[in-house]
Amino acid sequence: MNTTKTTYDRRSFLKSSLLAGGGMMLSVSWLSSAKAADKLQALNLPEQWVQLNGYIQITPDNVIKLICPNPEFGQNVMTSLPMMVAEELDADWKNVVVEMGPHDNARLGPQFTGGSNSVRMYWKPLREAGAAARQMLCEAAAQTWSVPVGEVTTKAGVLHHASGKSAKYGEMASKAATLVVPKGMKLKAPKDFTIVRHSKKNVEGHKIVTGKPLFGLDYRADGMLIAMIQHPPGFGMKLKSFDASQMIKMPGIKDVFTLKLYPDGFEQGGFDTRTFNELLVVVGKTTWEVMNARKKLKVQWEPMGDVKDTMTGRSGKREVTVPGELETTSAQLDKMQEYASKAAQQLRKDGDPETAFKNAAQVIERTYNAPFLAHNCMEPMNFFAHVTDEKAVVAGPLQAPGWAEPTLSKLLNLPADKIEIQMTRMGGGFGRRAYSQYMYEAALISKKVKAPVKLMYTREDDMTYGIYRPMYTATYRAALDANKNLIGFHVKGGGIPEHAIHANRFPAGAVDNYLAESWEIPSNITIGAFRAPRSNFNAAAEQSFLDEVAEAMGKDPIEFRLDLLKKAKASPVGKNNEYDADRYASVLTLVRDKSGWNKPGNEKYHRGVAAYFCHNSYAAHVVDIVTRDGEPYVERVFSAMDCGIVVNPDAARNMVQGAVVDGIGNAFYGALTHKNGAAEQSNFHNYRMIRHNEAPKKIEVHFVENDLDPTGLGEPPFPPVFGAVANALYKNKGKRYYNQPFKPELDKRI
Amino acid sequence: MAKYSLKINGKIRQLDVDPATPMLWVLRDHLDMPGTKYGCGIAQCGACKVHLNGVAVPSCQLPVSAVGNQAVTTIEGLSAKGDHPVQKAWLEHDVAQCGYCQAGQIMTAAALLKENSKPTDADIDAAMSGNICRCGTYLRIKEAIKSAAKEVSTSSSSTRK
Repeated sequence: MNTTKTTYDRRSFLKSSLLAGGGMMLSVSWLSSAKAADKLQALNLPEQWVQLNGYIQITPDNVIKLICPNPEFGQNVMTSLPMMVAEELDADWKNVVVEMGPHDNARLGPQFTGGSNSVRMYWKPLREAGAAARQMLCEAAAQTWSVPVGEVTTKAGVLHHASGKSAKYGEMASKAATLVVPKGMKLKAPKDFTIVRHSKKNVEGHKIVTGKPLFGLDYRADGMLIAMIQHPPGFGMKLKSFDASQMIKMPGIKDVFTLKLYPDGFEQGGFDTRTFNELLVVVGKTTWEVMNARKKLKVQWEPMGDVKDTMTGRSGKREVTVPGELETTSAQLDKMQEYASKAAQQLRKDGDPETAFKNAAQVIERTYNAPFLAHNCMEPMNFFAHVTDEKAVVAGPLQAPGWAEPTLSKLLNLPADKIEIQMTRMGGGFGRRAYSQYMYEAALISKKVKAPVKLMYTREDDMTYGIYRPMYTATYRAALDANKNLIGFHVKGGGIPEHAIHANRFPAGAVDNYLAESWEIPSNITIGAFRAPRSNFNAAAEQSFLDEVAEAMGKDPIEFRLDLLKKAKASPVGKNNEYDADRYASVLTLVRDKSGWNKPGNEKYHRGVAAYFCHNSYAAHVVDIVTRDGEPYVERVFSAMDCGIVVNPDAARNMVQGAVVDGIGNAFYGALTHKNGAAEQSNFHNYRMIRHNEAPKKIEVHFVENDLDPTGLGEPPFPPVFGAVANALYKNKGKRYYNQPFKPELDKRI
Repeated sequence: MAKYSLKINGKIRQLDVDPATPMLWVLRDHLDMPGTKYGCGIAQCGACKVHLNGVAVPSCQLPVSAVGNQAVTTIEGLSAKGDHPVQKAWLEHDVAQCGYCQAGQIMTAAALLKENSKPTDADIDAAMSGNICRCGTYLRIKEAIKSAAKEVSTSSSSTRK
């Protein structure tokens, strides 16, 4: 549990960051003023941490505390980000302790976990922070020893001089903290890395295996009450009336009431998505008492009708009408088919696709569908809040505290500097926890009952609440000439309520005549980012389709893609192609070589390949299926990644392996369907998750070796798994699978 | 409400609670032992597993009234210093991603090895398939169980000598 008491006044940091100037680097403000350092030194406590800058604190006895700025949800930033600081600091990793930072965007940067951005975003600022601190320590030693600073060297947390003098960082830290922070530090060349690129264990590993309270749901405070929300049984429903007369008398129950989340006309930020605005809240002493009492609530619900929301965002303020219809999956599929046949919005056009298709000797057309998916983080949504008239303390699992704070400030009518957000470790996120409505709910409940409160969603609350991966469809068409050359490519994709098309991704840029179009159907089923948003469907559909096109052209699927990439490199078609053709090709050749593609020795496997680029990294997988107990089973996977410099190799492999398992699970089983507005799955008995016996026996992960600045890994390996599974399944079953999840069709249930 | 005297992690704990309260919530809310996790509440995910007389059971389905004299072990009590062979193996293989399900995975694995110190892949699958990991760390869990099994079987064979 992160309950750090910060020893600084937040406003002083805001001030120093303003002095430092603008831009992201400078929003990472250095604690550079002698004033602030004086303040720390004036405490004159031998064990006091001496703070060299926002990220680095050192004790006189040489313990180095590095602050992790970004929330941790399993992507291992609490280890990888401090590794970057420690590298340039020349710290001894053995003496490093890591602590989750407080929420303080001014001092610690954007603090957003999502978009596979943490490592990429902090790569430069964190190394500069380490290098600056190292330089200050050298300067302090030079002054103390009366030698030129250029003669002071460092190694593993110790300062040296040729005269034989040496000192541990801790001995020089107090003096160093009084010095001016240097700027424009020269950073190490990758060949000199001793920490980055060298696997380090998860810094919270021991706490995890011993069950220490790390997560939001573990948070506890004196006098804390438990709150739960009864939400409507379906999307498009709202509360009509309720009778709590029976349950209010039950043991431990304190209060039952309704509460509005956003006032009428409230301007919601882009990540303020909520499904239901009127909350029916039960508050009591313990979880079990509240759970039980809630079952005794007598509630009547009614259709909500069309609702207007006011949204604000980069495109300005806009009114959005949310339709009130109670939706059913079969009707949604029919509606998608209807929309797919209508004119759509053109996203990109190269050449003359109409003529290419008209003149084609062969046209291949295939349609792919995928359902809503629930994030199903193992830790359900929850948040702690203690709100008084003067201030608010909130603590819990959240991916984007900086986005949530302005809304919370408006809802509570408290200035931001009266709001303290503590970031706990998250039991998974996958995009779900970028949407903070559960934090707002907790805060409003605490304000109402005038007590510290922990709001908890049960698994059922969590799974049936919405903020899902959208429901998608896409129709792909390929035009081949008489010599089986690919002369035209067309994708038309739609979704409820968003489409998935990335118009500027491969194979855009590699085909002379290209057209991408999209359409959307509004819905009251709320959606949110889900591990590699949009890409998680695109890669499935497009990579299955390309497999089929390669087959029709009589080409090997890897060679076919490499040929297209060669063309995209040599004579790119159109503008704004988002991918680097060489890097894309490099993961394909790596996975081809490592998997022994087309090489003898793999006859027992039905093999499928897919590759994709998203979130600045490149991924390719070869999936090997065998038949086990009469069913297709992914026994083995080879993965190749290009994410530039791999900061923490073993943890990176873990991330890729996990994404592969997650992808296989969602490809075969993941689905959230609806009947009359209600989610038909509510818990793990009817929402199937991949389990131990269904995971591959082996997932071999390889990284392209280069010295490019690192990019993320949380999302990129996930999307192409779906396509590779579909392509291997085709080899195994002799039949193409177009509808996710694949399992019902394999079982002939549909 | 009823009074209970429970044997948890080798200590006697007294409490006065609704007899139907699952051990999961007794541990988390009444005894301030939040290492045991809530994941589904219907014995489908395994995050809440504890040992009842050495057997891994989902504590969300175990009413406090059913515990009686049986010894309860939680993740907090699996070892004094976090050095049970399974815990050590989890660190060696750097298993965890988000880490939320791992207490349940570890308790299930520890119970398996107690009964079967040389589990096959199929034994591991059978024992562990009640535990969901949304991050997908299953491969490392399996490797870690095999490492722990080596340590368990080495130490038990040396005891026999």
